[in-house]
Amino acid sequence: MVGDMPQLSEVDVAASAPNEAGYRCFSLGSFTFSRDEYFAHVEWVSKGTKLSHTMSADVFLRALMRDVAWGFFYGTVNFDDVFGTRNRYGRVEFFAGCYHPTYKSQGLDHLETFDSGLAMQTCKAILHDWTNTGYDPFAAPMETGLTWIGKKLGHNTAAINRARDACRRMPGLPGDLPLRTDRNRYPVNRAFLDVPQDEPEIHAAPGFEGEVHAFNLFAYLSRSDVTWNPSVSSVCKHSLFCPTTEEYILPVKHANDRIEWFLQLSDQIEWHIEDGETGLPRANITMRPGDVAAMPADIRHQGFARKRAMLLVWENADPELPRLHEQGAVPRTPAEEFWPAPRPPKK
Amino acid sequence: MSYQPRGTGEFATAFGSLASYVKGDIELINDDPKNYAFSNVFAVAASSAPYEKVVVAKNRQYVIEALRAEGTSEWFAASHDEFAIVMDGRVEIELVKLDFPATIVPPDVEGSVMLEGPPVGRNMGFLRLRRGHQALLPPRAAYRFRATAGIGVIVLQTILGRHSVQKWSAICPS
Repeated sequence: MVGDMPQLSEVDVAASAPNEAGYRCFSLGSFTFSRDEYFAHVEWVSKGTKLSHTMSADVFLRALMRDVAWGFFYGTVNFDDVFGTRNRYGRVEFFAGCYHPTYKSQGLDHLETFDSGLAMQTCKAILHDWTNTGYDPFAAPMETGLTWIGKKLGHNTAAINRARDACRRMPGLPGDLPLRTDRNRYPVNRAFLDVPQDEPEIHAAPGFEGEVHAFNLFAYLSRSDVTWNPSVSSVCKHSLFCPTTEEYILPVKHANDRIEWFLQLSDQIEWHIEDGETGLPRANITMRPGDVAAMPADIRHQGFARKRAMLLVWENADPELPRLHEQGAVPRTPAEEFWPAPRPPKK
Repeated sequence: MSYQPRGTGEFATAFGSLASYVKGDIELINDDPKNYAFSNVFAVAASSAPYEKVVVAKNRQYVIEALRAEGTSEWFAASHDEFAIVMDGRVEIELVKLDFPATIVPPDVEGSVMLEGPPVGRNMGFLRLRRGHQALLPPRAAYRFRATAGIGVIVLQTILGRHSVQKWSAICPS
């Protein structure tokens, strides 16, 4: 075991003794991760030169929390413009500067690939050690304290070990994910106190009680205790409805390895869209209730929600999609699919 | 759009409806709006025929369809699960377990299939839904929608089928 991290093996996770601020330093390959009272520091070696990158510790922890909760998610999770991870499904890349034009042009970008299990163990160890009592990296800033600042102060194990709510078919069905209620510790969030909690009328004929089913999705979402963390609320083969509640800023810039879609269910979210490779700005999108927008496979996006909002993220979980996109076998954008360029006339 | 404060607490949640919606927008910096296929389910339903299955999102064979719930729909069925979310209005769903599903929705046929007449099978029951409610439309069961309080809007999670309608240029800015 590593210090006071009983679930982690010291064989796998490389961690130092606590520094003067009380936090451990971790290493994964040639990457090292350290933090002090305010900042997280990532260091790596590129072209024989030691390089470093500094982020606010709360920004780093909120991004790392999503990477852990999502199992490195689909595609690339940019913690910011310099550092991030890319899921290779069983393996995961940690990179610095690979999607930054200057690091790239100067040859100072760096990428290492790790077994996902080892990388996840290290990420969980960092989260465990660097998250202080009273700080919840899943919560909106108005909901959590400022104890991420300062010297090490205990842990918040319950907050960082939440399981992602992923149904097999639909919440509330027999044997599937339970609905959220006060009784199972999902109170209505402070920002959704006005969302009706009525449940649909279900009139199942005898013998069909387990097949005739409905629930109040908006009430279910009003009881979400996390932000920017999609659950799964219905499954049609590889088609996953992944609704989520969003407040403040998406802690990462997500560059998916496939097209995904957003359906705004309530309130408003503004999205900054950047080129997936260079980070150069492409568009700003404001989404209001009922709006639908694709997120193409060649962009990265970051959302901003001034009031907690309900967003339906729609994913195609077909495991073949990353390969098909890399081969150019499927459209990267709706424009390519729905408005194909006319073929030149035959001579 | 219902952005006026409606709640009594500190926060007022804004939902959309056919009667009150305001589409968002795209500020282009260096891009083509077609890349985002931006639409709005209320705007789509406002100009659709009753229960026209207008595709508003598509990812390979999978789709999200926006349906204008007005009056009573035809009977539909699918070989796989489908899910309906009521975005506006009140909708009742009747369900019938088909006696001979393979004749209507064989396993290799995806998407909703419209029945040519009333379904033959056992009554499974019915559901009454309001805004925000989500229903399971189980495989090999016929279903039909009935709007019970004016016109409503349904979002359907399904697979592209023979009745899906794609009219991207009509619903998206270009």
